[in-house]
Amino acid sequence: MREQLEGSQAVARAVARCRPEVVCAYPITPQTHIVEGLSRLVHAGELAPCEFVNVESEFAAMSVAIGACAAGARAYTATASQGLLYMTEALFNASGLGLPIVMTVGNRAIGSPINIWNDQGDAMALRDCGWIQLYASDNQEAVDLHIQAFRIAEALALPVMVCMDGFVLTHAFEPLEVPDQAQVDAFLPPFSPHQVLDPDEPMTIGAMVGPEAFTEVRYLAHAKHLEALELIPRVADEFRSRFGRHSGGLLEPYQSADAKTVVLTLGSVFGTLVEVVDELRERGESIGAVALKCFRPFPMRELREALQGAERVIALERAFSVGVGGIVSADVRAALAGLPVQVNTVIAGLGGRPITRRSLRTLFQEARAGNLGELHFLDLKADVVERELARQKGGGRSGPHAEGVLRDIGAVAAGPV
Amino acid sequence: MFSVRIHGRGGQGVVTAAELLSAAAFAEGLESQAFPSFGSERMGAPVVAFCRVDERRIRLREPIAEPDAVVVQDPTLLHHVDVFGGLLADGYVLINSARSMDELGLDELRGRHHPERLVTVPASELARARLGRPIPNAALLGALVALTGLISLPALERAIAARFNGAAREGNRAAAGDAFAWTDRLARARESAHA
Repeated sequence: MREQLEGSQAVARAVARCRPEVVCAYPITPQTHIVEGLSRLVHAGELAPCEFVNVESEFAAMSVAIGACAAGARAYTATASQGLLYMTEALFNASGLGLPIVMTVGNRAIGSPINIWNDQGDAMALRDCGWIQLYASDNQEAVDLHIQAFRIAEALALPVMVCMDGFVLTHAFEPLEVPDQAQVDAFLPPFSPHQVLDPDEPMTIGAMVGPEAFTEVRYLAHAKHLEALELIPRVADEFRSRFGRHSGGLLEPYQSADAKTVVLTLGSVFGTLVEVVDELRERGESIGAVALKCFRPFPMRELREALQGAERVIALERAFSVGVGGIVSADVRAALAGLPVQVNTVIAGLGGRPITRRSLRTLFQEARAGNLGELHFLDLKADVVERELARQKGGGRSGPHAEGVLRDIGAVAAGPV
Repeated sequence: MFSVRIHGRGGQGVVTAAELLSAAAFAEGLESQAFPSFGSERMGAPVVAFCRVDERRIRLREPIAEPDAVVVQDPTLLHHVDVFGGLLADGYVLINSARSMDELGLDELRGRHHPERLVTVPASELARARLGRPIPNAALLGALVALTGLISLPALERAIAARFNGAAREGNRAAAGDAFAWTDRLARARESAHA
């Protein structure tokens, strides 16, 4: 039954229906509503015997999740931004140890400059931590992906990160369906761990591995990710047959099969993007879209098949790698190697700047006119950048860019007072 | 698609108002999406929240730049924030004030928009009478549904009943009903003045 719900509350309920046994969390905007919702359910006794552990930091949150999962408990946490970075070392441990923890990332920009708004720089910075990374296009998908995530994680003994755009999804209030308990129970069997720390049958985990076998152990992690590429679509198919709607999988094409221009993206901008695709299609333009639902592992083969007929691929990314440009684009270019497909990287929506239909229309017009370079920053205020660069060239104690730019645009009276 | 932008100050329940409106639209059988303008929410700082209502599933995720209706919870914002920015020519304006549009210095809006779609309603006073506190949300939404016909009063009442408990439930429902009736009377008075 659909209800009008906040994305975060719907995710909290979906996680609750997965019967977690340990939920540990440290609050950080914009994911806080999710763990608040879960803590209320635990407090009300609705999740018994689940234990909610308030921890002193995100590093502790992930460490508690590791301990709980290693002891055989279904463990869940959520974080964002600096919180995700703070648990970095533990993230690599969780995946290296093969612990199927599920974590929501309410995607938010990374400072400095400090910014509480949405982009995907947090999850992208942890691209290589060995976790599966799934991206939700909308809140219904965020709900559904959490249920699928436990299945995927526990089948593979790998942790899964479910990424949902902070604020844009976490704080949006819309009609959502949270599957009922019986449906979720039928889809997600009780956790049957691959390894359990048990005082009655003692064993150790976390061995030191030297040069004699480190490569092999790391290769096995890669092999498991390749296995995930097979499993993720199967889980999505089974989900569809049981719940009657499509969610998840590796990627989702929209009007892209015959399109000359295909826009590839991750996360919530997909909704706005397909609106623009529909508009332009009506005017006879050959344009389509693809949502990448799974970034790690990266579906090289599937993406190549989905994009090989295009003349141009625009990779619309909500994060970027300073000094290079696109993060997702690099993998897209690798997937398309040898094919006559032009790839344009477009960095958009950083630090909460909205990605609007108006901006996308202009962008696609520029692409059609051949004016789009290999790397483009959507809606970049070039004049502001130029004035700041000139100011810095003035020498002396020119100060940090953040304060200089804020003074320039008149947002606040920043800097010397 | 019908888009509403609500302006107020942190602590006045701007986000609650947008969520309540979306819940009322859902109760009416429509698709709806509410979301706040995301920021560091400080008490008293200008805050914006949005609500879209449509007959089909809403995919769009951009802020509302060209609203069909603007609701102003706090008239002190009129001189600080461009609350009418992008308002469509045939759009609606609803301001929480016991003063008239002219008294608020907004007579020039009549040149750009349909005069009968520009309304002030004493929502804080109506709320104070029913709730004992000047929380104008429910009253403003009662006025908005009367002004626009977007959804029915019973659907709004169902959303209020689902959101609030006890005295707040009854008080908000009564305030919404009062504001609905107040706005409806105003519309009829204007019609008969034209006739």
